[in-house]
Amino acid sequence: MTSPQDNQTAKPVCFQDVILRLQSYWAAQGCAVLQPYDMEVGAGTFHPATTLRSLGARPWAAAYVQPSRRPTDGRYGENPNRLQHYYQYQVIIKPSPANLQDLYLGSLKAIGLDPMIHDVRFVEDDWESPTLGAWGLGWEVWCDGMEVSQFTYFQQVGGHDCRPVSGELTYGLERLAMYVLGVEHVMDMPFNDPASAIPMTYGDIFRQAEREYSRWNFEQADTEMLLTHFKNAEAECARILDAADTDSAGRAIPMAHPAYDQAIKASHLFNLLDARGVISVTERQAYIGRVRALAKRCADLFVTTSAATGEPLPAFPAGA
Amino acid sequence: MPDLLIELFSEEIPARMQARAREDLKKLVTDGLVGAGLTYASAGAFSTPRRLTLTVEGLTAESPTTREERKGPRTDAPEAALEGFLRSTGLTRDQLEARDDKKGQVWFATLTKPGRPAAEIVAEVLTATIRDFPWPKSMRWGAGSLRWVRPLHSIICILTDEAGANTVPLEIEGITAGNTTRGHRFMAPDEITVSSFEDYAAKLRRARVMLDSSEREAAIRQEAANLAFARGWEIVPDDGLLTEVAGLVEWPVPLMGAIEDRFLTLPPEVLQTSMKEHQKFFSARNPKTGRIEGFVTVANIETPDHGETILKGNQRVLAARLSDAAFFWDNDLRIAKTGMEDWAEGLKSVTFQSQLGSQADRIARIAALAREIAPLVGADADQAEQAAKVAKLDLRSAMVGEFPELQGTMGRYYAQAADYPAAVADAARDHYSPLGPSDDVPSAPVSVAVALADKLDTLTGFWAIGEKPTGSKDPFALRRAALGVIRLVLTNKARVNLTEIIGKGYPGADAADLLAFFHDRLKVYLRDQGTRHDIIDSVLSMPGNDDLVLLVNRATALSDVLKTEDGPNLLQGLKRASNILTQAESKDGVEYSFGADPKFAETDQERGLFAALDTAEPAIRAAVKAEDFPAAMSAMASLRAPIDAFFEAVQINTDHQIVRRNRLNLLSRIREAGRLIADFGRIEG
Repeated sequence: MTSPQDNQTAKPVCFQDVILRLQSYWAAQGCAVLQPYDMEVGAGTFHPATTLRSLGARPWAAAYVQPSRRPTDGRYGENPNRLQHYYQYQVIIKPSPANLQDLYLGSLKAIGLDPMIHDVRFVEDDWESPTLGAWGLGWEVWCDGMEVSQFTYFQQVGGHDCRPVSGELTYGLERLAMYVLGVEHVMDMPFNDPASAIPMTYGDIFRQAEREYSRWNFEQADTEMLLTHFKNAEAECARILDAADTDSAGRAIPMAHPAYDQAIKASHLFNLLDARGVISVTERQAYIGRVRALAKRCADLFVTTSAATGEPLPAFPAGA
Repeated sequence: MPDLLIELFSEEIPARMQARAREDLKKLVTDGLVGAGLTYASAGAFSTPRRLTLTVEGLTAESPTTREERKGPRTDAPEAALEGFLRSTGLTRDQLEARDDKKGQVWFATLTKPGRPAAEIVAEVLTATIRDFPWPKSMRWGAGSLRWVRPLHSIICILTDEAGANTVPLEIEGITAGNTTRGHRFMAPDEITVSSFEDYAAKLRRARVMLDSSEREAAIRQEAANLAFARGWEIVPDDGLLTEVAGLVEWPVPLMGAIEDRFLTLPPEVLQTSMKEHQKFFSARNPKTGRIEGFVTVANIETPDHGETILKGNQRVLAARLSDAAFFWDNDLRIAKTGMEDWAEGLKSVTFQSQLGSQADRIARIAALAREIAPLVGADADQAEQAAKVAKLDLRSAMVGEFPELQGTMGRYYAQAADYPAAVADAARDHYSPLGPSDDVPSAPVSVAVALADKLDTLTGFWAIGEKPTGSKDPFALRRAALGVIRLVLTNKARVNLTEIIGKGYPGADAADLLAFFHDRLKVYLRDQGTRHDIIDSVLSMPGNDDLVLLVNRATALSDVLKTEDGPNLLQGLKRASNILTQAESKDGVEYSFGADPKFAETDQERGLFAALDTAEPAIRAAVKAEDFPAAMSAMASLRAPIDAFFEAVQINTDHQIVRRNRLNLLSRIREAGRLIADFGRIEG
């Protein structure tokens, strides 16, 4: 048996080892280790734990893996590092602590990237998400010339100034792990310990699915249906936001989260339509604008709620 | 006299902002100090990715005491007026002085502003500088409200004199100024205490920070050259990249690697662009093969393994990038070899501009226009049309999709692969030129035809839809396009009638207005070349002014003759003749333009001028017709002596009306001769 201490000093041996180390590292820094959001999203930022929780004054610290889907990036599992489904590791801390860069560098050490023998650099990269009406300043972090993370101080989300500011770290897990493990093709990367009774590579788990989704994304997805779903999600989002704040029993329950789910859904449907090549350059902006409008309204509502303000949830009226 | 040291220590400052930030810091702080009454001997600003530093030497220790006298109300004014005066001056009545003034006794106050210590002023000025620093983009962080380019961590602000260093008391948003900083993020992260600028710079160097960006640039240049030399290579110079890389490191450690053989078949421009844009690598060329075969990456750290891990990592990333590039190249070549039909088809669905149609529409227009222009620039019309159709197809290629700056460059490779003639392939590369005022201008006829057609389609198109540049706004770079046309025409001495060509461009453009735009740009261009603006003005309204070559020849000849001894006198004579005529014509209400007769000449000087004009006029006319402006000028110059003699000896206005009219009509012959060449009235002097 190796002790956890040994584990931290030895290099990771597989993909999940990298993930587990990040999980325990950020848990040790006091983050709530959350689970992935149970919806299709293009990036970890879409998780309500980041988008919504970066709004308002209530302090927040969370870390999680987020499966992310980018239909246009599908390459039928053939490209060494491009996937339509991949994992991001996301850390979000509000207010951003003064030592966030040091904390981040600690996380690199935890996964076996010692900054004393590697060349770690913070290279300007301003982040913007037109669909979320969000932007921030920060860097892409380079390790030996490779981008391993995105490091952002959120300035605005959903059109609202972030006060206080959240610090957001996003690691592209496959690329990072491939580098740490010295693997050339993502599909060859050991997923669990290669010394296990049943060793599995990333390809054993995902290659077939990558092929299937690539075909569906590029050729098969029913664009009429997707368009209808987009409109439905947009309409439902607006309906939820337009609903009265109080329920049938007179209890004040504004519904920011359910509305935001519909915004996420619309965003992903837009990505699928984009992959199918049915959205022209001029229409693109219009679609992005429609999703942003939804995200903004969700943010408008969320900032008034307890999760943002830090006020206790209002008690239900007696008898309700 | 104390020296001031300021360091603003932050998280990584974008490389592109550092040079400007150094200048701003120096200017804002020194202006502030001077504004508050201090003086200094010298100042210098420095930057690294994590710090902005300012040293001010020979600062005065305090600002001088100032006295100001202020006049108040009369001593017999109502009490309220006096109270107001006391409030505004902050004095009491017994501190005022009553003095006699013209209108009676008046209160005077003497306000003494004592000098202030430098520390107090520095604290104020630095606080204001930090709060109002003009970063192109700034941010907040944590729970604070201070804005800086990235989170600001610490401030050094010390005044050092013979007695030692004193920290200037200063606090901004929880950051208290001190006398400490930190060295290199990884190699020397501990706190350093400093007592002066020299001490600071020396200690930073020991802590693996090279403070001066120009020193870092020099170190990178030198070491990269050494590494390349050892392999028999040479570094492809790139000053922009050098400055950027020097802004990304505090302790530059250049490392050299070789490009894998399998990528050496990629075009050198692709290797160079990919390495520069994605990896910020310098390219190394093998002079024996002429190929790009290696690279230099600049690390920010010295490692126990002498950079081996870092270099290996960078090699790996480069291999992945170049695999992508090779994939694009192979795919693109495949499409190119089939004649690029896919790309031509694809450009039908790419919008150029919503009112001006798709890229395919635009290409069709340029091709038609290139055909028209071809004979004027000595190009084969069929080839010019073909080149225009091929020149922009690379916009659909995967490589240009990845590296837009390779447009044209790739077009040439792909046109070659598609077996187009060399002139067509070259036009694909060269038809975007010239882009800047110092860019090379294409000279191959087919390239010139397509380059002109491309720019004229853009200009006429945006003119037709009313999108002319206004003020500083020129989103479609139309000024650049017009300058491009001007340089193409002038450099190649292309005799192009612009009005006619504009008429063949995008329908609906106001040709006169567009020609005036060309004239404006031409004026700017010639002025930059050293031609006087009044000379340009004097030829702009001459016939054939849409033929820029003719126009410039005229201006040059004129400019040359004005530089000779005859020039200014001739000009004076012409102007004098013109002025006398204008006066007489407005007084008499007639135009004197015809009928001068030598038989009414009374003096030799008059007869001499008649004779001189009889010789010069046909010579000028013939020379202008032959577009030989130097000859026209010299014929004109031959009139100088007779004109001078005429004005010297002859009084125009006499009582003899026939003689007077005859003389005025003679003057009009001088005016007419001048008008063949330029509008001399516009020339100064």
